[in-house]
Amino acid sequence: MTDAGDLVIPIKADVDVVTARQRARVLVSGLRFSTSEQTLIATAISEVARNIVTFAGSGEIVLRIVQRGPRQGLLVIARDQGPGIADIARAMEDGYSTSRSLGLGLPGSKRLMDEFELASELGKGTEVTMTKWER
Amino acid sequence: MRASILKQSKFLIASVQGSMTDADLVQLREDLGAGVRRHRSTGVIVDVAMLDVMDSFAVRTLRGIAQMVKLLGAECIVVGIQPDVAFSMVQLGLTLEGTTTALDLEDGLSTLRERIGAEGNPL
Repeated sequence: MTDAGDLVIPIKADVDVVTARQRARVLVSGLRFSTSEQTLIATAISEVARNIVTFAGSGEIVLRIVQRGPRQGLLVIARDQGPGIADIARAMEDGYSTSRSLGLGLPGSKRLMDEFELASELGKGTEVTMTKWER
Repeated sequence: MRASILKQSKFLIASVQGSMTDADLVQLREDLGAGVRRHRSTGVIVDVAMLDVMDSFAVRTLRGIAQMVKLLGAECIVVGIQPDVAFSMVQLGLTLEGTTTALDLEDGLSTLRERIGAEGNPL
């Protein structure tokens, strides 16, 4: 699951959330993303990284440049060994939150990216995989 | 990095840095609450021009700051939201409903002056 070219950012505290999105911005600056798309990516990473800090305490963000035909993209994996999500369908609903957040983190991140997958097992952890492709 | 807060007559101007963590934002809320009280400020501007990302936590905290400042009897204006950031907020489904915004610091200050008076004293 881990490539040699992966950039792995450990997420343990809120300061790592900032690091993750800043590293991603640097990484995608070499791709054909508009500044607007770069901001969408950075925002989505901020959301999933914060989820790790809030719900699992620690985990990691993996950044990987991927290729599909002529287009490159950024693949983001956010994983933790936290409590997991009991009801994935509800977690993907706008406005649903178990914390005091706005409940827009996961469904919002999905809207910001092109591809989005959420896998979670109670007591084992959560893994979000999302990709943004060059236009 | 912590936000810097400048006092200009009866106004407080807070400049948010690009690398603000959640804790820094919460600290800003506390500092502004204390600042409005100490200086009997009538207006607060939160300048987010340097902020490259506004995620749900940042928006929720900003909204909280604006509502808190209002409850203390002062006006609050959020200025400098970058167009890319604004678009990203819309995509995410976030709004700053009920919060006054302005293009930049200059516009924010003139809005405050219109509402409160040039010296920062309520009309």
